[in-house]
Formats: sequence, C-alpha cells, structure tokens
Amino acid sequence: MAVPVAFFALFFAYPVAAIVGRGLKADGVWQFGRIGTVLSRPDILDVLRFTTWQALASTALTLLIALPGAYVFARLEFPGKQLLRAVVTVPFVLPTVVVGTAFLALLGRGGFLDQLWGVRLDTTVWAILLAHVFFNYAVVVRTVGGLWAQLDPRQEEAARVLGAGRLAAWRRVTLPALVPAVAAAALMVFLFTFTSFGVVQILGGPGYSTLEVEIYRQTAQLLDLPTAAVLTLVQFAAVGGILAVHAWTVRRRETALKLVDPAQTARPPRGAGQRALLGGVLLTVLLLVLLPLGVLVERSLDTSGGYGFGFYRALGSADANGSTFLVPPVDAIGNSLRYALAATLIALVIGGLAAAALTRRAGRLVRGFDALLMLPLGVSAVTVGFGFLITLDEPPLDLRTSWILVPLAQALVGVPFVVRTMLPVLRAVDHRLREAAAVLGASPLRAWREVDLPLVRRAVLVAAGFAFAVSLGEFGATVFIARPDNPTLPVAVARLLGRSGELNYGQAMALSTILMLVCAVSLLLLERIRTDRSGEF
Amino acid sequence: MLAVESATVRFGKRTALDAVDLEVADHEIVCVLGPSGSGKSTLLRAVAGLQPLDDGRVYLDGADQTALPVHRRGLGLMFQDHQLFPHRDVGANVAFGLKTHGVPRAERDRRAGELLDLVGLPGAGRRAVAALSGGEQQRVALARALAPRPKLLMLDEPLGQLDRSLRERLVVELRTLFGRLGTTVLAVTHDQGEAFALADRVVVMRDGRIAQAGTPLEVWQRPASSFVARFLGFDNLVEATVTGTAAETAWGKVAVPEGSPQGACQVLVRPGGVRISGPKDGLRCTVGVRTFRGHHVTVKLRPGDGPALEAECGLRDTPEEGAVVGVTFDPEETVVLPPAV
Repeated sequence: MAVPVAFFALFFAYPVAAIVGRGLKADGVWQFGRIGTVLSRPDILDVLRFTTWQALASTALTLLIALPGAYVFARLEFPGKQLLRAVVTVPFVLPTVVVGTAFLALLGRGGFLDQLWGVRLDTTVWAILLAHVFFNYAVVVRTVGGLWAQLDPRQEEAARVLGAGRLAAWRRVTLPALVPAVAAAALMVFLFTFTSFGVVQILGGPGYSTLEVEIYRQTAQLLDLPTAAVLTLVQFAAVGGILAVHAWTVRRRETALKLVDPAQTARPPRGAGQRALLGGVLLTVLLLVLLPLGVLVERSLDTSGGYGFGFYRALGSADANGSTFLVPPVDAIGNSLRYALAATLIALVIGGLAAAALTRRAGRLVRGFDALLMLPLGVSAVTVGFGFLITLDEPPLDLRTSWILVPLAQALVGVPFVVRTMLPVLRAVDHRLREAAAVLGASPLRAWREVDLPLVRRAVLVAAGFAFAVSLGEFGATVFIARPDNPTLPVAVARLLGRSGELNYGQAMALSTILMLVCAVSLLLLERIRTDRSGEF
Repeated sequence: MLAVESATVRFGKRTALDAVDLEVADHEIVCVLGPSGSGKSTLLRAVAGLQPLDDGRVYLDGADQTALPVHRRGLGLMFQDHQLFPHRDVGANVAFGLKTHGVPRAERDRRAGELLDLVGLPGAGRRAVAALSGGEQQRVALARALAPRPKLLMLDEPLGQLDRSLRERLVVELRTLFGRLGTTVLAVTHDQGEAFALADRVVVMRDGRIAQAGTPLEVWQRPASSFVARFLGFDNLVEATVTGTAAETAWGKVAVPEGSPQGACQVLVRPGGVRISGPKDGLRCTVGVRTFRGHHVTVKLRPGDGPALEAECGLRDTPEEGAVVGVTFDPEETVVLPPAV
C-alpha cells in the first residue's frame, strides 16, 4: 500500500500541485479570486457546457452501440473471434491525433464519404461523437464482455426454470451482475470523452472546444497559466465528483460473483436472432472500426505517383524531412516499444500492489484510495507532462534527462486500468481459498502467489495489455517530456502532422499505420497467451 | 495435544465465543455440536488462527499458538464446502500442503498418490477438480488436509452437503480411517447423528459457551440441560418439583431415578419410555399425528394438561389417530434436568 501511495504522491500529486501553484500564486500569495474571474467568462462557460454535453452523448452512444458487441464477444463463438477482439482494441491505443486525422480523412472535406456521396460531417458534432465511439468501443466490449464471459450461464437457467422469460431472466440475473462492469465502463468512457483532446482539437475546429483543449491552448499557445490552472482545477473537481458517485454505486452493488471459465460459456450462434445480432455487430465493427483504419492505411500508400511504399521508405532517413527530426522517424518504433514495456511493468507492479491491498482491506480510507487511483485518467495529461518538467528537474529527483521519465508518465495512466481490471476479479476470489492455503502452510505472500495469481492471471494479462496499449498511445504528457532525439511514435506522428506538405502528411499516415500494426500484433500475442494458459483453469 | 483456555471472540457487541475451555487429547476425536450461531465454527477458526482471539490462549503440545500466524501452526482444516483450488488438478491440490512445506517433488507425488489410494480415489491425480462429484471432492479435501501429516485435523461440517446414504457410509469410513492413522481430530457439526457416530467425545455449544461435554453415550443418556435435550431432539419436557423419587408435574406424578436432584426441576422422558396402555391407566391422552420411522412409529399425544408428548410405538401396537389412551412413564428413561433458565 505504501508503494502505490508514494508513487502517486511523487509522480502525480506533486507535479500537478506545482503547476496549479504556479498559476494561482502571485508573489508567493494565493490568488483564489482568479477562480471566480475565470469561471464567469462566457467563453469558458460555453466550453464547460459543451464538454459535459458531448461526454454524456458520447457515453450513451458508445454503450448503445457496444453493449451488443460485449454480448457477442462474451457468449457467441465464431471464427476469427480472437483476431476481431484484437482489432476492435486497436483504435483505443491509437494516438488521438491519428484518430482525428483518420476521421477527417473519412468524413471531412475531400474525404472518403465526400468523394462517394458528398457527405461531410466534420463541421457537425457527429464527427466527434463517432470518433469517440470508435475510440471507446473496446472499453465497453472488454470491460463488460470480459465479466459477461465469466458469468455462470446456469444462473440464468435457474431463473428460466423459476418461470422468468428469456428477457426477464437476463434483466433480473445477468444485468444486475453486469451493472458494476457497465458502470465502470461507462465511467471510463465518460472520463475519456470528458477529457478528450486530440479528437476534438482536429474534428471540432474553433466552434467546439473541451476543457482539455482549452487547457492546452491556454498553456502552450496563450501562455496564460492562471486560466489553465483554474481550468485544471475545474476538471479535477469534475472528475473527482464523477469518481465519488462511481465509488458510491460500486460499493452498493459489489458482490462476490461465481465466475466460470469463459471457454465454457461461449456457444456458436443459434437461431435467426443470434445470427442477426452477430451480423449486426460484425457490420458495426466493419463500418466503425475497420473503415477508418482502412482509410488510414489507404492514405499512407496513396503517394502522388500512385499507390506505393514511398512514405514508408522516407521514414528510414532523418534528412528527408529537413529539420523536423534529429533521428530517422523509424527509430520512434523502438523507443515506443521500450518505453511502453517499462511503463507496463511499472503499472503492473504499482497497480497490482494497490489492487491486492484494496482486496484485503476495507474502510473509508481505502475506498478513498480506490477512487484516487482513477484521478490520473481525468486530470489533464498536458498538466501532468508540464508538471513533470518543472518539478522533477532538481536533486534528489533530477529525472529530466533520464529515460525513465516517459515510462513514469505513461504508467500513471496505465495503473488505473490495471487496478480496474484486477480488482473485480480479485474481489470475486473466495477468501476461504486463501484460508485453505494458509492452513496448508502458505504464508500470505505465498497464498497470493499460489491462489490469487493463477486465478487472476487472465485479468493480469488483460491489464497488462491495456497498460501497454495506453502507454504506446499516450500523447498529452509524453509530448512535453520526450526528448527530441528519442521521440515516441505518437509524438513523431504529431510532429509530422504539424508540418505542411504531402510528404509529411503521408509519412504521418505511414507511421500511424505502423503504430496500428505494432498494437495489433502485441494484442494478438496477448490473446494467444490467454488461450494457451486457459487450459489451466 | 490441543488446549484452548478461555477463548473469547467478539464481533462488535455480539460475543461469538465466550471464555471457552477445551482440551483434546492425542488420538482423540472430539466433535463440537451446536445449532448455527452457537460459535462452533468460530472456535474452529480460532484454533486454526484464522480468527484472532480477543482474549484467551490456544496451546498445541503445550506451545502457545496465540501469536503464531495460520500457516505456521501445522494444522489441517477441511472446509465446509471443501474449497479445493479450482485451477489445480486433484494431485496438485493434495500435494499443495507438502509443497508449502518444501517437500521435494518426487516425494510429493508419491505421498499424494498414497493419500488418494487411502481415501478411495486411486489414480485420480490428473483429474480436474470441477469434474468431481460432491463425495469425491470431499475425499480430495480430506486427502489434501491429511497430506502434510497435521498435528491436529479439523473438520468443519465435514459431511454437511452430501446426501444421506453417502454421509452414513463416509462417517464410518472416516472413523475407521482416523482410528487406523491415529489422527487427532476436532470436528464441528450441527448434526447429532454425525457427531455421535464420529466422536470419542462430544462438546455441545450454545451462544458461545460449552453447554455440555462428554462421551456420546453420556450426553445422550444424561443431557445436562433442557437446551441440550431439545437440541438432541427430545421434546418430552415438563416443569417438575422433585421429592425423593417422585416428581410432581402437569402430567401427574412421574417416578424418577434414585439420587435425582431435589426441588424445582425439569423432567425429561425419552419417547421410548412413554408407555401406551388402556384409557383407564395413568395419564389420559388423545392420539395425534403418527409418523412412520421404519423400525418404529412416533406418535404425538395430547394430554388434558401440560405440554404435548411424543411416544415410540412398535409397528403393530400403534393406536389409531383420535383414539383416547392412557400413558405411563418408565423411570429408566426419565431424566431430571436443572430448571429452565
């Protein structure tokens, strides 16, 4: 417990507090009056209103579209399921900038739909909402579907025998068991969309701006630190409020569930209804996920001299882009993988310790910590990154030149995923199994290793996958702290997109495609491990 | 072997275990019997170290265990619902305790096989735990608990979830097995039949205290209180005033054994000691519900005054429902208990 607390105090609370302090202090005196001033500005109020509204709409739309997907992935068996599960997760790990660009290429001026039917959505809020669904589809499918697959179907059968119709059985038995997972997924989607940055930046244009975009604008463009600090606090308070509500609902619904092997719950589709549902979900995935990704790949190959690998070849040399890079962009791949691996390890250790501590203890303090772990997801990554730069630069913690700085920032967003994924499963492990191990001579540590770990191995791997993925795609904080000669993939993509010219645009698309492939391959490997080990369950 | 001294456990305001003293000798099988909520499971958990004591001490072979964590006590505990590790096969479950004690692999496998033979599941080592029936899980749980040769084996409702015939067979098997291995056993159950069949000594608990301890025969013949009597299924209890060998009750005068305590008491007549004869003899009763029990029939009797009676009748001489009969009591089957609290 002490390790995670120290980690968050040092690498999260301290940098954020330092930034806020800089914005709100003048000559060493706190200027709280600035909060009122900023919050009464009509343009800021508009930003607040839009941020909330689009987050609610995005969350509702994502749940509506993704819950059938969660069912299909949990309960139906069909060829190519593993591949598809990895595919729908790819968007989640793409840098927001790339997603924005992919949707621009799909829905914008001169985009795919514009060319086909003259349809343009880039000036409407629909582009933002669709991009958010694209992004968060996997969150719902994985969080809800993961639990759904492990629910014992016999519970529903018991309800059927007791006279409940198919729908009533689902509503009375399965739904209540799923509610915590649905709530957790909805919360995550709401958090991501509430703090959405890259997507809104590109697709929203000047008309639509979220808090995070505004913070970035005030910090990096207008250098108005006080306004940025106030907005950071507002976002912090909003996220804290959401998390408090969430903690409350979770506490009321937490139950020890009877979990079974997912392999035993999935069946090939039977009947017209299930086949239609499967077809609908596949079509959704095709249109929502594969189409934008396909357009991305298409653009990366679409050189002026016809389709070819020209953009990819250009990535191998540093001088093809003039002064944009000190190293060939292709080096970013290795950097990203190394950083993400280190970040995943950090996140697993910190998150694992926190989850284990949270499983064993109860009480107000621990529940507070539970909610606190989610804060990094909601706090402006821009603020964290900038905070790292101004706080971790003096002894004894002079990390500014150390490579560990980037993985540390990335692990910060990974830890909540690890905790969120592992906690429900850890809590569902019958504590008497641990007691049985203890009586047989296993020390608490050993009991954890021999009982908890094997039972939650699946969850650990899923957690590792998420942590790895978000580390790979992390942009907001990394862009501030990655050194120019060691860029990560998302940073390199953003730099290329920031420059004009067909070659830069094409290279950005090519690099995004590579990032997408790296993610897809990593996730496929993970799915493979999952099934190899499932024989032990 | 095991000595518990004034063990006390409180859950908030409720005292689950109230200054309990208990000793278990080497090779002895002791059964703690009591209704749910009597504290019997808490006692077991306290001995195992799973439940910290608020007061009192636990000794094993004279060594104070109170501060020792669970995994260092070297006990065996068979859980009520077995708690087999679902991610390990049968063999790995049985070998788990040996592994934590650092027994080398070959030795582990040998001993696991040996124990599976012992519990009647030879060659089941590679089977998945989920594929076992209730009785088989029971046996695996037993083998797992016995494998590290625990100083004391504890059983929590060992046969609770099994069907009746299997339970009766297993009780005999367990008793034979423990006798052969010389295992010291502390078991907990709410089923008196199970306790009497298994135990050398029975401890009846009520509200966190010991209500009576003794051999099964002693407890059966001389329940220490009306609580114990009722818990054992004896309902023929009535308020009484004893003078010499006669008790004045609502059922009339009842003869009691010599040397019974005098004054205000309760009198218990076991159903076998309720004799039914013609309506002119003894206490007049109306015959109520009759229940066929196999070797005998239990008959409910409603006397004109006082609580209802239960009698055991032979199959042939059971009176008709609604008939009026006379009832006398056999002093041999009559026990004087302390007054109801």
